Amino acid sequence: MASPGKSAAVKAPEPPAELVREPLVLNNRSLGWITNAIAGVCEKPMPIWWWPAFIVSVGGMLTMFSLIAYLVSTGVGVWGLNHPAAWAWDITNFVFWIGIGHAGTLISAVLFLLRQKWRTSVNRAAEAMTIFAVACAGIFPVFHTGRVWFALLPGYLFPAPNANAIWPQFRSPLLWDVFAVSTYGTVSLLFWYVGLIPDLATLRDRSKGLLRKFFYGLFSLGWTGSNRHWSNYEKAYLLLAGLSTPLVLSVHSIVSFDFAVSVVPGWHTTIFPPYFVAGAIFSGFGMVLTLLIPLRSLFKLEDVITLRHVELMCKVLLATGSIVGYAYGMEFFIAWYGGSPYELYAFKNRAFGPYWWSYWAMISCNVISPHFFWFKKLRTSVVFVWIVSIFVNIGMWFERFVIIVTSLHRDYLPSSWGYFTPSWVDVMTFVGSFGLFMTLFLLFIRFLPVIAISEVKGVTPQADPHHPLGGAKGHH
Amino acid sequence: MSSNRSKPHGLLAEFHTAADIFEAAMRCRDAGFTQWDVYTPFPIHGMDEAMGLRKSPVGWFTFCGGFTGFFTGMTMIWYMNKFDYPLVVGGKPLFTPLYAFPVSYEMTILLSAFGTLFGMFFLNQLPKFYNPLFKNERFKKSTDDRFFICIEATDPKFGTDATRTFLTEKCHAAVVELVED
Repeated sequence: MASPGKSAAVKAPEPPAELVREPLVLNNRSLGWITNAIAGVCEKPMPIWWWPAFIVSVGGMLTMFSLIAYLVSTGVGVWGLNHPAAWAWDITNFVFWIGIGHAGTLISAVLFLLRQKWRTSVNRAAEAMTIFAVACAGIFPVFHTGRVWFALLPGYLFPAPNANAIWPQFRSPLLWDVFAVSTYGTVSLLFWYVGLIPDLATLRDRSKGLLRKFFYGLFSLGWTGSNRHWSNYEKAYLLLAGLSTPLVLSVHSIVSFDFAVSVVPGWHTTIFPPYFVAGAIFSGFGMVLTLLIPLRSLFKLEDVITLRHVELMCKVLLATGSIVGYAYGMEFFIAWYGGSPYELYAFKNRAFGPYWWSYWAMISCNVISPHFFWFKKLRTSVVFVWIVSIFVNIGMWFERFVIIVTSLHRDYLPSSWGYFTPSWVDVMTFVGSFGLFMTLFLLFIRFLPVIAISEVKGVTPQADPHHPLGGAKGHH
Repeated sequence: MSSNRSKPHGLLAEFHTAADIFEAAMRCRDAGFTQWDVYTPFPIHGMDEAMGLRKSPVGWFTFCGGFTGFFTGMTMIWYMNKFDYPLVVGGKPLFTPLYAFPVSYEMTILLSAFGTLFGMFFLNQLPKFYNPLFKNERFKKSTDDRFFICIEATDPKFGTDATRTFLTEKCHAAVVELVED
């Protein structure tokens, strides 16, 4: 070694050129640049497009709340569902939204455990998306009970003593779902908040206005960046990631039990838990791309959310989309191989029955569209990726519609056959849930750092005390 | 430097790079200080060893939370569906850990997460809204791109002049004095 002394001992051998990874933050940006670029987004006034977007979203949200008031005051009959399809858009929307949340947890927890450092640029927004999606998801099963105070308060959903002295029925997967989804919402919120604390402290230290100073100060809890704190903090973060990983897998497994534990042909299959989890991650990454591709260019964050990030997420879409496609094929195979005429009929009816259009919409969006991502050229074309991500969202909504409605609308006896059509209230409540989701997301952009500032700093070479950019001496 | 009423809190040293503070932390550890800390905008890999910290005990809080959650879940379901109001559904057993598992599993995770969060807050003594460090304007950069070491006056090895010399000469840092109210 040419360089003598202590610094030579800490010098790692240089990797060969082809093994050097692309930097996670482009253009060698400094730590101060990262703070300014990310904190700047929520400190400066919002760009002009934000206001029309916000007004439209709030309009959607208010539409949804008014229609919920209409539903509660009138009855669930304002929706189009009725015997035999007593679950329709409500549960479709529930599974759709809860599935979207799963990508956020996958990015924040699973990729953290797998030491995928690229997650740091996208995890904050993805976790926010998770929490907002869970909020949207919760609305549908709660309000499909109609007069919710009878469902919630006397303890049919949550255990609480009631006039009849009856407790909830814990053998039902629907009750497992109550615990799974509420735990998922709570733990996601805690995990998100823990990640936010150091960044809120950054905002506190930069803010000028009294209100901002007060609220960022309040929620950052007096964080100083002390290493004795970081030590406990990092352990807590690791543990929360370790807890969220089995949690996210269990949530969609339990959602799938809502169907799989029943004896309805088309639902009663063992493939459901892994198939639902893969579909959830697929749909969630679709939504992450739908949100982040405009975000990175509108706020000039391309150096932090790089093309490589987009490309990696496309690869996740390709992988999970292939699993979903495989599951569709395997369902059909087992329907034939299993020898149950009812099961086989349910599947034939899906593809060629009165709801054939929804089945083929699902197949073309979910099975065909991810396979464009075998090609690097397409993975790195942000406009193309964004369009495909929309198709993924649409396809995954149709998947849930196909599973729920086509399995229900023709019961065992032709006397119990029917055709579900949504009412205008169904449609506008679902559209309105996007209003709620976007309102929350736009407020998140307005007030909180959209990228985890301290985590992104931590994966730059400047953060490494043994790297020349981190100030290590003895490197040429 | 400060009025007579003000009690000294300690000395604050400012560094510009991760490597500088890493080296300075090792020097402070080797000098035998105990009431001192490193302040960085992000966790620096290996800093716990450089400071000589023990492993974080947060995991114990997680374990206690998880244990409570699982036990509560199982007991609650047994009490509700078998003991207090036996409810026969589809001829299934009144209680078995199998059907009670999903809910108990979720409660394990829920209370583990709360245990982790509040355990971390407890160990870090957060929230703590008053801190003499916040009175220093330079310290605001500790959540941006600067690195600080604070050696507190309560440290048995602390001596204002000797410690100042140690920080400026041995650690090559710009040093200021902090006071408490």
